[in-house]
Amino acid sequence: MEAEKLVFEENKPQSMGSNIKQIIFDNSVTIIFVILCLGGVYLSKQPIPFIANELIQRITRNSFLVLSLIIPVLAGMGLNFGIVLGAMAGQIAIIAVTHFKIGGIAGFGLAALLTIPIALLFGYFTAKLLNKTKGQEMISGMILGFFANGLYQLLFLFLVGTIIPMDNPTLVLSAGIGLKNTIDLSGPQGTKYALDAFAKIPFIKSTIVFALAGTGYYVFRILQSNKDERLKMERNSFIIRAVLFAALLIISFYVSTIKSLINNISVPLATVVVVGLLCVFNVFILKTKAGQDFRSVGQDMNIAKISGIPVDKIRIRAILISTVLAGWGQLIFLQNIGTLNTYGSHEQVGTFAIAALLIGGASVTKATIGQAIIGTALFHTLFIVSPQAGKNLFGNAQIGEYFRVFVAYGVIGVSLGLHAWKQLFDKKNKK
Amino acid sequence: MQNQEYIIQMKDIRKEYFGNPVLKGVNLNVKKGEIHALLGENGAGKSTLMNILFGMPVIHSTGGYQGEVTFDGQLTNIDSPNTAMNLGIGMVHQEFMLIPGFSITENIKLNREILKPNIFSPMLGDQAKTLDFKKMDQESQVSLDTLGLNLKVQSKVEGLPVGFMQFIEIAREIDKKNMRLMVFDEPTAVLTESEADTLLKAMRRIADSGISILFITHRLDEVMQVSDSITVLRDGEQVASLNTKDTNVIELAEIMVGRKIENMAQREEHESSKEVIMKIDNLVVDMPGEEVKGVNLEIKKGEILGIGGLAGQGKIGIPNGIMGIYPSKGSVTFNGQNIPLNNPAQSLKSKIAFVSEDRRGVGLLLDCSIEENIVLTSMQIQNKFIKNYGIMTQIDKKAIRAHALEMITNLDIRCTGPEQLTRRLSGGNQQKVCIARALTLDPEIIFVSEPTRGIDIGAKKLVLDTLVELNKRLGMTVVVISSELAELRSVCDRIAIVTEGKIEGILSPSDNDADFGLMMSGDYHKIHGKEVG
Amino acid sequence: MEISTKKIISTLGIPRLIIITFMIVLCVMAVFLKLPLNDLLSDTLIRTGMNGVLVLAMVPGILSGIGLNFGLPLGIVCGLVGGLISIEMDLTGYMAFFVAIIVSIPISALVGALYGYLLNRVKGSEMMVATYVGFSAVSLMCIGWLLMPFKAEEVKWPIGEGLRTTIALTGRYDKILDHTFAFNIFGVTIPTGLLLFFFLSCFLMALFLKTKTGMAMKAAGDNPRFAVASGINVDKQRIVGTMISTILGAVGIVVYAQSFGFYQLYQAPLMMGFAAVAAILIGGASARRANMLHVILGTFLFQGLLTISLPVANKIITEGNLSEVLRIIVQNGIILYALTKVSSGGD
Repeated sequence: MEAEKLVFEENKPQSMGSNIKQIIFDNSVTIIFVILCLGGVYLSKQPIPFIANELIQRITRNSFLVLSLIIPVLAGMGLNFGIVLGAMAGQIAIIAVTHFKIGGIAGFGLAALLTIPIALLFGYFTAKLLNKTKGQEMISGMILGFFANGLYQLLFLFLVGTIIPMDNPTLVLSAGIGLKNTIDLSGPQGTKYALDAFAKIPFIKSTIVFALAGTGYYVFRILQSNKDERLKMERNSFIIRAVLFAALLIISFYVSTIKSLINNISVPLATVVVVGLLCVFNVFILKTKAGQDFRSVGQDMNIAKISGIPVDKIRIRAILISTVLAGWGQLIFLQNIGTLNTYGSHEQVGTFAIAALLIGGASVTKATIGQAIIGTALFHTLFIVSPQAGKNLFGNAQIGEYFRVFVAYGVIGVSLGLHAWKQLFDKKNKK
Repeated sequence: MQNQEYIIQMKDIRKEYFGNPVLKGVNLNVKKGEIHALLGENGAGKSTLMNILFGMPVIHSTGGYQGEVTFDGQLTNIDSPNTAMNLGIGMVHQEFMLIPGFSITENIKLNREILKPNIFSPMLGDQAKTLDFKKMDQESQVSLDTLGLNLKVQSKVEGLPVGFMQFIEIAREIDKKNMRLMVFDEPTAVLTESEADTLLKAMRRIADSGISILFITHRLDEVMQVSDSITVLRDGEQVASLNTKDTNVIELAEIMVGRKIENMAQREEHESSKEVIMKIDNLVVDMPGEEVKGVNLEIKKGEILGIGGLAGQGKIGIPNGIMGIYPSKGSVTFNGQNIPLNNPAQSLKSKIAFVSEDRRGVGLLLDCSIEENIVLTSMQIQNKFIKNYGIMTQIDKKAIRAHALEMITNLDIRCTGPEQLTRRLSGGNQQKVCIARALTLDPEIIFVSEPTRGIDIGAKKLVLDTLVELNKRLGMTVVVISSELAELRSVCDRIAIVTEGKIEGILSPSDNDADFGLMMSGDYHKIHGKEVG
Repeated sequence: MEISTKKIISTLGIPRLIIITFMIVLCVMAVFLKLPLNDLLSDTLIRTGMNGVLVLAMVPGILSGIGLNFGLPLGIVCGLVGGLISIEMDLTGYMAFFVAIIVSIPISALVGALYGYLLNRVKGSEMMVATYVGFSAVSLMCIGWLLMPFKAEEVKWPIGEGLRTTIALTGRYDKILDHTFAFNIFGVTIPTGLLLFFFLSCFLMALFLKTKTGMAMKAAGDNPRFAVASGINVDKQRIVGTMISTILGAVGIVVYAQSFGFYQLYQAPLMMGFAAVAAILIGGASARRANMLHVILGTFLFQGLLTISLPVANKIITEGNLSEVLRIIVQNGIILYALTKVSSGGD
């Protein structure tokens, strides 16, 4: 009994030409920002090594936070404005550690450990709320951030010294109630540079090694894809990445040959390793059942539910992970900055991290590691050069500062708008 | 009688929803390895029977069912979809449950992925295990190949033609190793002719491999082509169980429609004018679930025209398209004037009124009063009930109240008063409010879609009588669109049957049952065409 | 007629009950702590009138179907421009006040129309987009305030670039409405002019909702499919609602400023949308339903809460601004509550 076969002309892999057009369209936001940054760098007339140094510092201390946003996006919960709560958890931990005068890497480690239960608690409440507001997760997360901030202020302004006894004149205000506005984390009993000070590696040289490894890896994958059907689908992305890494290799190699202060810049090894581990974690989790469940729920909640996936539980899990990661991310941030702005350090965490991710090309429904890193780099470049560029262009540095805040809000607004518009568009065309 | 040759025996199944009997003692027996067709009009009880078979929550939350279900010789109580799945009962839905962004493998293996352990899994459990895509791809390809497709399982589902998605749905069910009984619900509805053919052949192969198939369809020719035995349901009763080789299309059509034992009041014979009030040419309407694919119809002035047919065949799309509620193409001429489509305001201005089938969704503002609901449309379209003050308008509360009271009396709307929120009314009274709103427009033609859906028996008669009254007293042309054939046959002058988005034919209420049945299943022209040709 | 406690609870809703109870507790505490209750009441009345029009601005948005208008700062910024122009024209008194309003109306109408057009393109995500449109507008105007060519003494910094952060209205129309027809009763000062303006605005809104367009707008927001079937252009009605909301935002900030005595530029309008949303929710509205009673009651309760809690809190804990923290918690808490209701199918 010969089976009749229906033949289907499978989509031939598109030509490179139309592929490139598609890539440019999808990444238009990122490309615009690259142009903006180049313009800003030029206008600010600041020396490149200075910008590079500032930028590298900022990337190492901020990228962990941005990466923590990825899993909720995959799970279909949009941009997790609730990472503010994770940041608060981290801050509570570091206040505790500073109060008990435990410094250095031990203090940092203890703070990281302490962050876990607090962040899990906060994350649980966040997730429960988000499950109750399906379809409006992002605005709920945002308002929850404000609400939690109110509770946080209540805790540290009024409950410390009254209900929570804290006899510590360095931390507590003179009247005995409430924490001081800024807490210094430096010194032998502080956690400043706890992670960073571990070891330093030269930036350019390690970039060359990194780029070489990356290029090699993706070339290997391209060769592998010739034999494996599943990898063949991803061939084009392998090629693009190999090209990007090769470009990075060439650029960094070139820089290493010229005489420039850039070659003196060093990067904290431990921090970079930690960020690298998070990247690996993100990649690994997607290959597991847990990751597949995230993706299933993120693609279509209804179908996932009917197939027996416990949708609400999976969503909670995504937020829990994200919140804990955000807590650690805030710790990494604080140990580099060295000062805790008790009532303000966490406020803009959500906005800036999300703006950075979106600038990298992510959207409400799709976020990758590359986008997180590139976005962080671009966002912070703009941050660095805006005031000076504003001064040179308009004679007013304030304009530059306001401009970068406008950019952060604007990019989120535009991204949300585009996503919503696309959603409606797809719904109309769904047959 | 527990017989080893049967995979499932449903005996004397009874079910009622809030006192309303939906299944009145139905027997269904499917042999192992056979294809068993389940026929019946809408409301005959097919979906309820399937819900019982799948242990759907809606059955148990409304009082359960009576009767026995024996699966593979064992008496069972299917109390949840999980139980059904574990027994090996699977369903291929009409609505595709596929995730477009996933590959075919990921869809087939959704929540049944094959896992391999890694360093973390001993500590963290199954959730941390790695996905074994190689094995999943292998198994999925086997399942897919059974259906005769030439398709790689690694491809993403989005972008595949609709017909292929149906096959992937089926592959997903076959992939479940313990599958014993598969239910196909109108599987060929969205397929092209050649795809349907391939599907039927694949069904035969599946049955031959030992999996029984329950085949729900309205296409009688397919039933004859592929099934081994047939059960016909009508009004919650099982009216026939036959072997396919013992019957034919015409007999099936007749059994499906049947004649009601009670005497439905016959429509008074009256001379309707020959004048055509509305001419519909090649109307195409994009209404999801009720697509119209080219309807040509002439409506005579002063008649009561019925439009019937099975659910999903497109009859409801017709008025929705004419009224501009869903995108449409084609041409509609009313009283000699061309009515522009996709423009609800224009259709309403031309004195065409419509009572939607979706009472609560489209027909009413549930949290507004009866009087507001009645006057709103004519206020907007005809500027009635408005007092003009130069730069500003204000609603004329007195006029609204007076008119509402008049309507409440005329249509006998049972309520506490014109200010009562329509949410609080019973289905029948809500329907009357919708009719009142349509009448307030003073229309020359009124389309009423599913007028008695979800209304209890007493109210049904009232609503139908009202429509007849309107026609008799005001000479209004009435078009009734309904899935209940008996209803149409009792009030209409002519009845058009819509099948597969087109008018299959126009019958008189007194035409024989077989003709109605054949038209609804789309086989009328095939049979009669053959005879003439 | 039986008034069971259960019915009271279900009509008012738990959050409102909590707030009303809280208010009563605070009043009792105020009396206990020998605080001047009559002054507090006077202040509450002033703040109610001051914020009322901004809260009223929520109504057309909710009724037309765009939900809670978090993008109110857009309208506020238009009102600020109108106010600055009126100062630049060196006007005083009632003339200045009304010119500020009249100038800001066409600006806010145009901006509102564009904003409404945008919201039509993002149905389902209006609240998020509105929030960030508001934020972006305020940030953009920060740059704008630095560049705008105003020259009036109160407006521009004497040395350096840009406009001042706060612009005083002394000598122009500072508290002009508050003092008009004001009278004293039992020690409480009633800011009659202000309250009259507020109530008049509510009355005009109620009148509008009974016009042909108003009825169409309400239908479009209540059930868009019904509206379409009745020949109503839903998109157009949503724009109407957004425009009116934006215009009221502009008028609202002028009223606010005259009572406050200052126009506040730069970052000040950033969070004003949230306060207005919280107020109307406290009054009993939801993302889909709102009326004049919600506006008046909500503004009164919210402002009353803030007014009374400050001195009470300061008596108990002298450090810090407990009242401000309380405001953050109450304001955002009620919005969260309303959001959980939105997704479960609305009220």
